[in-house]
Amino acid sequence: MTVAASHLLEVEDLHVEFGQGRDTASVLNGVGYHVDEGETLAVLGESGSGKSVTAQTVMGILDTPPGRITGGSVRFRGEELLGADPERRRMLRGESMAMIFQDALSALNPVYSVGFQIAEQFRFRRGMSRKDAMARAAEMLDLVRIPNAKQRVREYPHQFSGGMRQRAMIAMSLALDPELLIADEPTTALDVTVQAQIMELLDELRRERGMGLILITHDLGVVAEVADRIAVMYAGRIVEHTDAATLYAHPGHPYTRGLMDSVPRVDDVAGAALRPIPGLPPSLSAIPPGCPFHPRCAHAEDVCAAEVPLLRELGGDHQAACHFAERFVAEDPDRPTTHEVVSR
Amino acid sequence: MTEPLLAARPADTEPEPEPDAAEVSGLWTDAWRQLRRRPLFWVASVIILVLLVMAFFPSLFTSIDPRATDLAGSGSEPGPDAIFGRDLQGHDVFARAVYGAGPTLAVGVLATLGTVLVGALAGLLGGFRGGWQDSLLSRFAEIFAGLPFVLGGIVILTTFNPPGQPVPESRLIFQVVTTITVLSWPIAMRIMRAATITAKQQDYVKAARALGAGPLRIVFRHILPNTLAPVLVYATIQLGAFIGAEATLSFLGIGLKDPVVSWGVMIAESQDRVAQIPHAILFPAGFLVVTVLAFVMLGDAVRDALDPRGR
Repeated sequence: MTVAASHLLEVEDLHVEFGQGRDTASVLNGVGYHVDEGETLAVLGESGSGKSVTAQTVMGILDTPPGRITGGSVRFRGEELLGADPERRRMLRGESMAMIFQDALSALNPVYSVGFQIAEQFRFRRGMSRKDAMARAAEMLDLVRIPNAKQRVREYPHQFSGGMRQRAMIAMSLALDPELLIADEPTTALDVTVQAQIMELLDELRRERGMGLILITHDLGVVAEVADRIAVMYAGRIVEHTDAATLYAHPGHPYTRGLMDSVPRVDDVAGAALRPIPGLPPSLSAIPPGCPFHPRCAHAEDVCAAEVPLLRELGGDHQAACHFAERFVAEDPDRPTTHEVVSR
Repeated sequence: MTEPLLAARPADTEPEPEPDAAEVSGLWTDAWRQLRRRPLFWVASVIILVLLVMAFFPSLFTSIDPRATDLAGSGSEPGPDAIFGRDLQGHDVFARAVYGAGPTLAVGVLATLGTVLVGALAGLLGGFRGGWQDSLLSRFAEIFAGLPFVLGGIVILTTFNPPGQPVPESRLIFQVVTTITVLSWPIAMRIMRAATITAKQQDYVKAARALGAGPLRIVFRHILPNTLAPVLVYATIQLGAFIGAEATLSFLGIGLKDPVVSWGVMIAESQDRVAQIPHAILFPAGFLVVTVLAFVMLGDAVRDALDPRGR
């Protein structure tokens, strides 16, 4: 892994809370990750694990209030963003970092044509005329392979299919050629065949433009093929971080194992019971002491309830936050390979 | 990887592919293109245009003096002498209705504009900023919302306008418009505030912020067009209500009064003799109904044109 002086994006020990007094929910409890140019980092986790809040904090679009950033640091090319001039951060958005959302229909303004929304950036950030900007918007639609882009540029979001809306959203976020793209569950609202196409498109655009890509998802199948590295989040912390192959072959955290076991596989006997992780993620206003996962963990011991396991290096750029990580890594369970997980 | 199946379907259903993709396309130009095709819009526009001409040049429609009285013909039925008949005072009802269009429309349209502008701006600000600014504006609005309309109107108008003094027509209209605006803006504000809060939480606002849009662009380009529909509906309904409110104030002797003629004044004057002289109330009421209808149709057409999903 690159140990460059400064990464494209570096998030360190990020803490975010929501609410006041006794209702305070600690949504992020020391999240840290980094992305370099041309690289894909997948952030994996259940709903409520803090994936999106991290992304919104990075972008600077977290609603405060109710949110509150209580600590940590976000650096873009070495420049500290938390506490930076809001105007400076606004300039970076769109220009240097952009974000796409899960539901492209609600992320596109229903009263404007798709082309108009893309063109807006060329008009106001590049000073182009309406006409030139619309022509550039059509080029962008073409770039994300929307057929017949010259005509479709005039259409409204509701006239697009789900996959095309997500493509339009991608076109919009890439208009100003950002160096970092955060994709917040970009394929969750789409059906499986379209999912694959969107992922392929994102992967290609990343390669062509050499941009860093943060892929937020809860879908193991989606990340397996495109991610260079995977960070697994649980209760507002990174609990495991390594490259995709290692993660699938030797997960070091029982939560990661649980996630993989809960995906049904093609070689399952028909009618076999699913293997969900028992219990629910903890309430963020009452995170259990010690390891936040211990109440749901089959391997929990006394130390797990007493001591918070830190994210530690296991060798080979593989980090996990579990007291017994070495034991799990060494074990060679009946584990599906990456390929099997993808094909399900 | 071109999603052939998905791509083919919407392209087929496309109604009329306009060839020039670079042709300027925007919210208002698209809305206007849409509006032009609606008969409803043209009917409403023609009626409103006629009413406006009537308001500015009443002498084009009648040569009769609306203030001339013919007591001998008091209450006479519509006939060749006076096509809408005469009221109790022997005024020509048609001439009065024509001359009443100006003050009536002035009060109705200006009060609606004032209410919607003040209310919408306050609602937009409160809904978007939230926090203490929203609380302050909302509490302030509740003070005005709490005033009963008639009582509030009496207090305001008699304060600025002690009885027994002749007041010029334009000042009187201005005072009535201001009174109505001051007492009615909180409702427009609440509607706008609710719509703004809804729109603010939509993903497209977040997406706009993620692409670096500033607060002004977000409010006026992204939130405002999505909040117009409820306010437009409210405005078109209120227009009729405000013309009625003006009649209420006139009836109490604090609104428009002789020599100013308005439909509200005419209705108020003749309502105690509905049984004997029905035409004196029916004709101004009819003008009022047509006017309100025209504005409702216009508001409806504009609202539809602004919503691309309805096309």
